[in-house]
Amino acid sequence: MALPVERGEELELEQIEIELLLEGIHRRYGFDFRDYAPASLRRRLRRRMDGEQVETVSGLQNLILHDPAVMERLLLDLSVNVTSMFRDPTFFSSFREKVVPALHTYPFSRVWVAGCSTGEEVYSLAILLTEEGLADRVRIYATDINEAVIETARLGVFPLDKMQEYTQNYIRAGGSHSFSEYYVARYNGAQFARELVDGVVFAQHNLASDAVFNEFNVITCRNVMIYFAQPLQEHVHRLFYESLATFGVLALGQKETIRFSPHESSYEELDADERLFKKVR
Amino acid sequence: MMYEVIAIGASWGGLQALGTLLEGIPREVDQAIVVAQHRSPEASRGVLESLLQRHVERPVTEPDDKELIQPGHVYVAPPDYHLLVDDGRFALSIEARVQYARPSIDVLFESVADGYRERAIGIVLTGANTDGAAGLAAIKRNGGVAIVQDPDTASRRTMPDAALAASAADAVLPLEEIGHFLYGLCCP
Repeated sequence: MALPVERGEELELEQIEIELLLEGIHRRYGFDFRDYAPASLRRRLRRRMDGEQVETVSGLQNLILHDPAVMERLLLDLSVNVTSMFRDPTFFSSFREKVVPALHTYPFSRVWVAGCSTGEEVYSLAILLTEEGLADRVRIYATDINEAVIETARLGVFPLDKMQEYTQNYIRAGGSHSFSEYYVARYNGAQFARELVDGVVFAQHNLASDAVFNEFNVITCRNVMIYFAQPLQEHVHRLFYESLATFGVLALGQKETIRFSPHESSYEELDADERLFKKVR
Repeated sequence: MMYEVIAIGASWGGLQALGTLLEGIPREVDQAIVVAQHRSPEASRGVLESLLQRHVERPVTEPDDKELIQPGHVYVAPPDYHLLVDDGRFALSIEARVQYARPSIDVLFESVADGYRERAIGIVLTGANTDGAAGLAAIKRNGGVAIVQDPDTASRRTMPDAALAASAADAVLPLEEIGHFLYGLCCP
């Protein structure tokens, strides 16, 4: 069952086209996706090709280079992750148990939600910190590569039909109030209380190219680096290491490992199952 | 032909079907086996692996992102993630559900088709939706082998029927015979 020659050539050609497109995007718009994990990137490019009704990556490249609106749509495809509030409830209960006590010992601390996408994680953490009496002493910095999703995050309106799922997550995460206290239903959306994010700094930041911008006591970056190829993961791990205070905590996604950090040996496991790591040196 | 990976997709009724299928795969077939089984996002960690582990000696695990894909292992897509393969390693994604599913069988199969081409084997089992049909067609289109559980033997036949409609399968078999067929392919 040998691969038909034409199909093999098509696949090679598509690979060339993708590399050229990413190079073009980098030079035209400054976004660097050249070190993204190829399989997921290829999927998202194909989806955008369907959306723009073009047959080839070259066809997409033509549109993207000449029409910033198409670039904007691709950027959304590439940066929107469909996550939930209190995703992995056990992570949040562990955060309450193992990270919050340390935050109580500081008069003031900073938490960085890196790659905040549409903000589900930001609001989850803001609720948790409020309930733990830390709202006035902890500042959350929420960043993403994409301005559009940051705007969505800032608005704090989430689909109403998700509230049942989020309520269950919230309860399993050890929430001590009634989840519905935090939002009001408006049209089809649940508008979350402004006070939750009054103190949050929303900003555009590109993990691939931007530098350290503050010192943090906690960095959470869950299910963001899964889209990066290993060299870029290493780069981001270096950025996080340099941004964390000593005894600061790094939180990764449920299936992400610290093995790709060049600073792996500088961390101790705070909770191996929940992927919480403490910088110790 | 040296096959390198066996990708399996299952939905409704899949747990039992996977058990039977895995049990029937001879030990000499040491290709990496990658499973996408539809399940609830809240599924407890580790349950599916331990249930499947009862049926096989080879280790059954949920892979971490970028974990090396090794022969002789069974890998199970973690709940609420898409599982893809990238240059001999796993890659995870939380992009939108595809046909309501995360993990999506199509997402896994399409990345297997791209990454392994003629070295890939895809198997679609029981299910009450049409996930896996497009992915199996992609595996077939890229020169791989397409196997479908005989719909008459599936607890839900929608998924195998859809897979058969989407691609010319190389084999349509009851679960008990798939292991033997794999042996013929992989251990010449």
